[in-house]
Amino acid sequence: MAAPKVGTFTTGLVPLPAENVDTDQIVPARYLKVIDKAGLADALFHDWRFEADGTKKNPPFVIDEPRYAGHGILVAGDNFGTGSSREHAPWALGAFGIKAILATSFADIFKSNALKNGILPIVLPAPLHATLMQIAKEDLAATVTINLAAATMTTPDGATHAFPIDLFSQKMLLDGLDELDYIRTQGEKILAHETAHPGTINTLQPNTPR
Amino acid sequence: MPQTIIEKIWNQHVVDQQEGAPAILAIDLHLVHEVTSPQAFTGLRSRGLKVRRPDRTVATADHSIPTTPRNLPIADEMAAAQVKQLEANCAEFGVPLHGWESPNQGIVHVIGPELGLTQPGATIVCGDSHTATHGAFGALAFGIGTSEVEMVLATQCLLQRKPKTYLVRVDGTLRPGVSAKDIILALIARIGVGGGTGHVFEYAGSAIRALSMEERMTICNMSIEGGARAGLVAPDETTFAYLKGRPHAPQGADWDAAVARWRTLTSDEGATYDKEIVIDANTLEPMVTYGTNPGMGLPISGTIPDPANETDPAAARALTRALEYMDLRAGDSIIGRPVNTVFIGSCTNGRISDLRLAANVLKGQTVAKGVRVMVVPGSADVKRQAEREGLDTIFRDAGADWREAGCSMCIAMNGDQLAPGEYAISTSNRNFEGRQGKGGRTFLASPLTAAATALTGVIADPRTLPGMSR
Repeated sequence: MAAPKVGTFTTGLVPLPAENVDTDQIVPARYLKVIDKAGLADALFHDWRFEADGTKKNPPFVIDEPRYAGHGILVAGDNFGTGSSREHAPWALGAFGIKAILATSFADIFKSNALKNGILPIVLPAPLHATLMQIAKEDLAATVTINLAAATMTTPDGATHAFPIDLFSQKMLLDGLDELDYIRTQGEKILAHETAHPGTINTLQPNTPR
Repeated sequence: MPQTIIEKIWNQHVVDQQEGAPAILAIDLHLVHEVTSPQAFTGLRSRGLKVRRPDRTVATADHSIPTTPRNLPIADEMAAAQVKQLEANCAEFGVPLHGWESPNQGIVHVIGPELGLTQPGATIVCGDSHTATHGAFGALAFGIGTSEVEMVLATQCLLQRKPKTYLVRVDGTLRPGVSAKDIILALIARIGVGGGTGHVFEYAGSAIRALSMEERMTICNMSIEGGARAGLVAPDETTFAYLKGRPHAPQGADWDAAVARWRTLTSDEGATYDKEIVIDANTLEPMVTYGTNPGMGLPISGTIPDPANETDPAAARALTRALEYMDLRAGDSIIGRPVNTVFIGSCTNGRISDLRLAANVLKGQTVAKGVRVMVVPGSADVKRQAEREGLDTIFRDAGADWREAGCSMCIAMNGDQLAPGEYAISTSNRNFEGRQGKGGRTFLASPLTAAATALTGVIADPRTLPGMSR
């Protein structure tokens, strides 16, 4: 099955200087009633972007500002993606065109979900993060190049910074490999483990009549 | 080498570990609900795959269903379609479903333990961040995304990196009026909402040992609010007593063998953790949150903090914004803040013991004029039990609304929600902006504090209730 493939890309920055942005802000729960992944771009940051009557706020929320149109890197505050496990959050970010998020840390489940959808959650040291946040706010023409194969980021001053990404995720994304396909290559080991560990849980049959 | 219970469970479930790659981890129990599963079943279908272990998978509808009487149809078309899709998916893939009208329906984290499916030493996952609840039984239980739901459906395995360990030792004795919810809110207030990122909590110490299973579930439930994907308590006699005789618990010789195995699930003497914190239960007060994340909590006798006293500019900014959203003033006391709604329920505090505590406060009393009090049992079974005990009558007589089981106003996607600007005191787990309805404002607290507040209409200290002397 095709998985998202990520290589090298160059794009602009969008500043979102808020700490602990939770997934209820990224996609409010009432948009979780969908049974597919489509159409979530409008749900993204919905309550920060739209008035009660559905019109865009004036002045618009940062991702809707014309000057940030087409910018694909979100520079966010610490612990981005905290809260619920909803994968609708990266689906919505991806649908809107966000390719990478720069923060000083990410919530665990969000980070895992983002990687599965080809969105790079990049952890930066605080000084570099602060610099890029400033650039995002002030220099609209600034772009950043992310090279996943090299695990580097080239900032507007021309400097190249290595960023941490585990080798496994890096390879999966570079080659467009799918985690489920990877697990399925180990079918024999899975079967052997199941046989050796029969366990006591059976959801199909109660042990006593109710 | 001495091991923690976390490492023991982890090691027993590693199917494969390649150098540099995450482990393939075997999953013992997969809980499924209507909101985070449809896209996963669609994925299976498009790959031509089956559910590998229907006997390790169980589904229910809890998030998007209404809590109005079950003989009424689901009015929200999208919610109705989502529940219908779950039924179709479970039928097609052979997954047992405790559906919307089943006597076993309920919040997924309430019914797993009730049915005896949640067992010590197991790995348990669900497309829901409050899966950590099941850690109360000494299980390694954590929330996953929908891509991972698909992986577990297909292979009964996940790719995972070994988590770091975090010992949360709570010693001492809780004072009257102080409960499990206050322990976990106090922990999160101390370490912050990102404090446990990358870690699994092990809750230990005399105060944890003294808790019932339901209270342990309340604590483990909110591990994610402290940033930890999972949190657990080593199993003991309390655990075994709760499980024994439950429908899916082992029986007879199987039970004895299982208990013997479960008794080995303790952290070894001398085992080391990546992080540790000690909390003194004797000093804890009832806790209430004032802000827009669960870490923004304070002892109920406290005053709302002032951004001017924050040394970290980011924290000051966050606090300013939170107080603006909540429309609260720094320096005011949290006691006496008016509320419009009281919500008692959720996977955090929607079990029978929670309802008993609340009913005990409301018995023979009337809720404050103009305050809406919603009591939502965590499961159909909790509802039946409460009705056998006459708790529903106590709630109704006091002027509270007694509803059907579900997630309800904890996540507010089923129509149970706050109006913009309204305040709720809520026994649920998240006070994020808009969590309980767009523009709604949430104070998180224990069932006792919520019930005390229901009587006065303003945040009230449960220690002032009769029989709760300081």
